Amino acid sequence: MSETTSNSTILEMRGATISTLRDSTLNVVENVNWSVAPGEFWIVAGQPQSGKSDFLMTAAGLLLPTRGSCRLFGCETNSFGEAQLAERLRVGFVFAGGKLFNSLTVAENVALPLRYQKNLSDSEVADTVEKLLEIMELTPFADSTSANLAANWRQRAALARALILKPELLLLDQPLGGLGVRHRQWLLQFLEQLRLGHSWFGGQPLTIIASTDDLRSWRHPQRKFAVLDEKVFSVIGVWNEVASSASSAVKELLVEPTGAIM
Amino acid sequence: MRGNLAKAFQLTNLQVFRHAATPKSYTDQLGRKLFLALLTVQGLGAFALITLGVILNKFSFARSVMQPRVRHEINRAGVSLLPMFFFVALALGFLVVGQTVSALAQVGATDYLGSTMVIVIVRELGPLLTAMLVLARVGTANVIELGTARALGEVEALEALGIDPVHYLIMPRVIGMALGIFALTIYLILGALASGYLFAFLQDVPLTPGDYFKQIAEALNWLDFALLALKTMTFGFFIAIVTCYHGLAQPLRLEDVSRVAVRAVTQGVVVCVLIDAVFIVLYLVT
Repeated sequence: MSETTSNSTILEMRGATISTLRDSTLNVVENVNWSVAPGEFWIVAGQPQSGKSDFLMTAAGLLLPTRGSCRLFGCETNSFGEAQLAERLRVGFVFAGGKLFNSLTVAENVALPLRYQKNLSDSEVADTVEKLLEIMELTPFADSTSANLAANWRQRAALARALILKPELLLLDQPLGGLGVRHRQWLLQFLEQLRLGHSWFGGQPLTIIASTDDLRSWRHPQRKFAVLDEKVFSVIGVWNEVASSASSAVKELLVEPTGAIM
Repeated sequence: MRGNLAKAFQLTNLQVFRHAATPKSYTDQLGRKLFLALLTVQGLGAFALITLGVILNKFSFARSVMQPRVRHEINRAGVSLLPMFFFVALALGFLVVGQTVSALAQVGATDYLGSTMVIVIVRELGPLLTAMLVLARVGTANVIELGTARALGEVEALEALGIDPVHYLIMPRVIGMALGIFALTIYLILGALASGYLFAFLQDVPLTPGDYFKQIAEALNWLDFALLALKTMTFGFFIAIVTCYHGLAQPLRLEDVSRVAVRAVTQGVVVCVLIDAVFIVLYLVT
């Protein structure tokens, strides 16, 4: 069994080099040193193709660092196997675009992790699924297959699927990508509720890490920011430090569509 | 989970070879082809062992989710193919069995009817034809479904939810195909033998149904039943392994799916013929 580190760190990367999912010989980020404490809300920003998705997948233990270490809840992700399934399930991951299972309905997608991990029938999980769908305003789409669902709702259904097992760490890859204004606002407010402690988690605060290619939407004094640029991972700090940063990489991520800088 | 798939696929991470410059000499080209074939065999072997391990270790895990999936696969690789097999059994009976019975009767060799039918239909044609038809109907669907799921990132999504893709995606297909081919072969053999007699009867062959089926029954021994079950289940297991392997191993892009479907079917046919060859040796030895 893996050794356990201090309870004050949920995620810890030391000298981690991260490669892509498609080609394990191609490094996208090198020498990452990063710690995430319980209850923190991190935004990892970077331009498209900067390796945000691979970085997040490595942080979630879905990819292994090619060098260095990545520890989740004190457990080295290199050693993640069947015996560490319980640790694995403490992490929720929402892919860009949702990646729902196309052959299943929204309700089935959301129910699947719970049914599979706890060996429960459809009727046994119906109440829990219904409650979560209601929280996520997905009840009208419960019986729609993901192919018939608009992108806005697909993303939300994927978030519901990640939350059904009540994880302690939630990672979201480009959660605002392709969302309309109303859905963006809803998601930002919902994530803030999760950070503060949502009734779904019995009021327990959730640790959140989200990636983005546009920092402006994530402005908030309680969030921490980091940037991926040219294979380098840099922790910037809180919003004030982002706004006053002289880094060209940060400035590029704050550029308005018109070209003006915030 | 993630490790399982990675172990099998890293053995045959063939993209480097497939996209390398074509060797200039024929011997080099032949060498590369041979090397690729060996890597594929190695990868398929590893994948088969991993799948077998998962089936043995996790057979009863998450029953409430897996049982409907296994039933669905048995239905897909077995029950839903029954109408087609009824038609094929009629055709096989009329074309092969009936004509053979007539020809044997014409030369007065009806004494050899039983052993001929057992060798041709029960041991060879029945299982092989069933395997080929299931490969064409269900095997291709396997590659395309899994390839698309892989390309759309559904395999990573399963892993993110702590669901073993081999258990969730492969195990039901392997069980469904093994049982499906076994059951369909039995129906095909019975249908072909019955319709074969019908054809012979229509041609006024002087043979009573009692004599016909008695001869066949006498030519059968317990080993035929045991090897038939083993052979058909081996066909099902390996067709599922080859098609699932190609569906999951290579395509990360949608445009790759059709290419790997063709490759999987070709390799499926080769694997079936090789298994058949192994069983011929077994029949000869016993």
